[in-house]
Amino acid sequence: MTNLLAARDQMAFTLGFHMIFAAFGVGFPLLMVVSEGLYLRTRQEHYLKLAKAWGQANAVLFGIGAVSGTALSFELGLLWPGFMRFAGSTIGTGFVAEGFAFFVEAIFIGLYLYGWGRLSPLAHWLTGIPIAIAGPASAALIVGVDAWMQHPNGIATLLRDPSAAATGPMLFLNPHWPIMALHATVACYAATAFAIATIYAWGMLKGRRDAVRRAALHLALMLGTAAAIAMPLTGDLSGKAVARYQPVKLAAMESQFTTQKGAPLRIGGWPDTKARTVAGALEIPGGLSWLAYGSAGATVRGLSSVPTSLWPDIPITHVSFQLMVGSGTALVLIALWYWLGVRRRSLGRGLLWALVLSGPLAFLALETGWVVTEVGRQPWIVYGVQRTADAVTPIQGLPVYFLAFVALYALLGTTVVWLLRRVEHGLPLVRVA
Amino acid sequence: MITPTPADAAAILALLVLTAYALFGGADFGGGVWDLLASGPRAQGQRSAISRAMGPVWEANHVWLIFLLVLLFTAFPSAFAVVVIGLFLPLHLVLLGVILRGASFVFRAHGAQGGPRAPLQRTFGAAFGAASAVTPILLGAALAAISGGGIRVVGGAVSAPPLASWFTPFAVATGLLTLALSSYLAAAYLTIETQGSLQEDFRRRAIAAGIGLVVLAVLDLPLMARDAPRLFDHLLRPAAAPLLVGGFLLALWSLAAVYRQSYPVARALSALSGIALLWGWGFAQWPYVVYPDLAVSTAAAPRPALLQILYTLPVGALLLVPSLYLLFHVFKGRNPAEGRPPRPRPRPRPAR
Repeated sequence: MTNLLAARDQMAFTLGFHMIFAAFGVGFPLLMVVSEGLYLRTRQEHYLKLAKAWGQANAVLFGIGAVSGTALSFELGLLWPGFMRFAGSTIGTGFVAEGFAFFVEAIFIGLYLYGWGRLSPLAHWLTGIPIAIAGPASAALIVGVDAWMQHPNGIATLLRDPSAAATGPMLFLNPHWPIMALHATVACYAATAFAIATIYAWGMLKGRRDAVRRAALHLALMLGTAAAIAMPLTGDLSGKAVARYQPVKLAAMESQFTTQKGAPLRIGGWPDTKARTVAGALEIPGGLSWLAYGSAGATVRGLSSVPTSLWPDIPITHVSFQLMVGSGTALVLIALWYWLGVRRRSLGRGLLWALVLSGPLAFLALETGWVVTEVGRQPWIVYGVQRTADAVTPIQGLPVYFLAFVALYALLGTTVVWLLRRVEHGLPLVRVA
Repeated sequence: MITPTPADAAAILALLVLTAYALFGGADFGGGVWDLLASGPRAQGQRSAISRAMGPVWEANHVWLIFLLVLLFTAFPSAFAVVVIGLFLPLHLVLLGVILRGASFVFRAHGAQGGPRAPLQRTFGAAFGAASAVTPILLGAALAAISGGGIRVVGGAVSAPPLASWFTPFAVATGLLTLALSSYLAAAYLTIETQGSLQEDFRRRAIAAGIGLVVLAVLDLPLMARDAPRLFDHLLRPAAAPLLVGGFLLALWSLAAVYRQSYPVARALSALSGIALLWGWGFAQWPYVVYPDLAVSTAAAPRPALLQILYTLPVGALLLVPSLYLLFHVFKGRNPAEGRPPRPRPRPRPAR
């Protein structure tokens, strides 16, 4: 394993790990606040039980999210000093903005978790609201940094005369930012909602069909359905932005090797980068041209338009993209199936099993979507400007650090799952109820 | 009257954030140390007092560290790039400490069951305590390293022999001094949040840590003269010397206040002493970020980036100051150990 690969793997692994907790930080507080609000309105005990149990689970998830997020701000420098030297002050604006949001989140998490007995019920509920706002806000703001790495808005000024480059507008007037921020944040809501659906559907499969679980599943699916439907819509915007700003990435996502008029949409398949063909894909003629440019006859730039040294890893990008789209589609279908089940007043075993699958699928969509974004950007760390290889630390022996992080996070992840598993067994986390 | 440049303002801001982290986050590390060292018939009581004191606030206190990091790479990107290469190993260890400390604290507070003596609780507790003790030592050593001159930039490349900058006697002593300060702050704060014999436990611990702090501060000086002569020299100059002496005297005074059981005075003085010592270091370190190759003015980001941070500050403060006030008002407003009468439970209304 080369140093560069080890650094990339460490970054990918620790960021992929953090993302799970960050996603919960976006969606969980909303459900918590809605549930507590419903309790205040209706005085139905099960909403209070849910709010308290979710608050406890959220405490563990937020804590791990906070420390794994700290790790990332260290690692950006530790692993990529060349990048931070070049772009630190630019992306820093995004981190400062995100820092404020995260600070608010941390403060109100403390108030919410420990404030049950100390604040009036209404005041306690109100302390949840800043968490539900700051979570998605910090996600959206930090995506501003990633959006800039994908489409370095204002880079010409920065390269010509750094003292004339206004960093805030560079980051937040970047046309790529709102599109990415929206799609990523929606994906976080979907991931949280379906993960919760998984847990309670599993409980129902085991025969625990009480009011608490029914209410939990219902709330989760209300959020989940909205997010699942919004995902392909925001994803379409995202795809069109990629087509405009990163044509090579789009070509990698769809394994479009040659520049072609009326390029087909390839569903599934495995790309052969040597032969420049795709085996086993279902092709919809003109589909890619239509999705990317709104016309089935439009020309799509192929990978062959750039030297292979500027290609990202095609199989990873292609397969991740297919997995993201596939699981996103499955989520929409599962959500619709649930509402059909509600209409018929029967949540059958088949539906419950599908709901159990929905959480893993939603996280698969989140992670693979992110893989498409970042692996598809390679070999650049700042698209078209700085290569990842030029940003990596000169320190040797990185594989050891990578393996140490894998071991540490494996331990943390196992512990979290083990602790959270006891929610549904009624042991510790619902003890408050 | 010298007008500070945006770079100066950013450096002062970084020092302010570092101070906040030392006073709040530092005390949380100290809490972990006292958790590790909990002993006697009230060991369990000590641990729960620490948990109760830290629980609501430690996440917020931790954010100061993230803020410091972000501020450094935004305002001083080239210095940040040098420090992360020069201190690659110790910063990874800091990271390990931060992760283990936070994770084991939440695992213990929100997950592990079976009472305080259950094996799992003990494992998380031990990890929490050990990580809390090691991390401030490393952070203190890192601070000493950027003042000692062991991290050099030669022809654009960072030259820092492993260990040479952060494992000198001076750096290790400064690390231990940081640990003593954190432990002292924690014990002094905890005397306010406890009562009776528990309060007496923390009083004794504060006295022990306070004596340790004073002794280590005295021992640190000759080592500094040897390993970081420039810092030593500048600490004795008029700009920094009053802060050094003042910090030292404040530490003694707060120790006396702990001894006399005037705890609120002791808490205020202990915090002031920490502020004075840190700012003494800051003034002596000035104008360098990383001595001797990176000064505040040369390492600073371009002007627009610096102004950006300085302009967003009031907006951020508008959000943070009331929020932090609320947090500390609710949980630290009066001796939390006195407890409050439980609020009457709202009478259930019939469901609509």
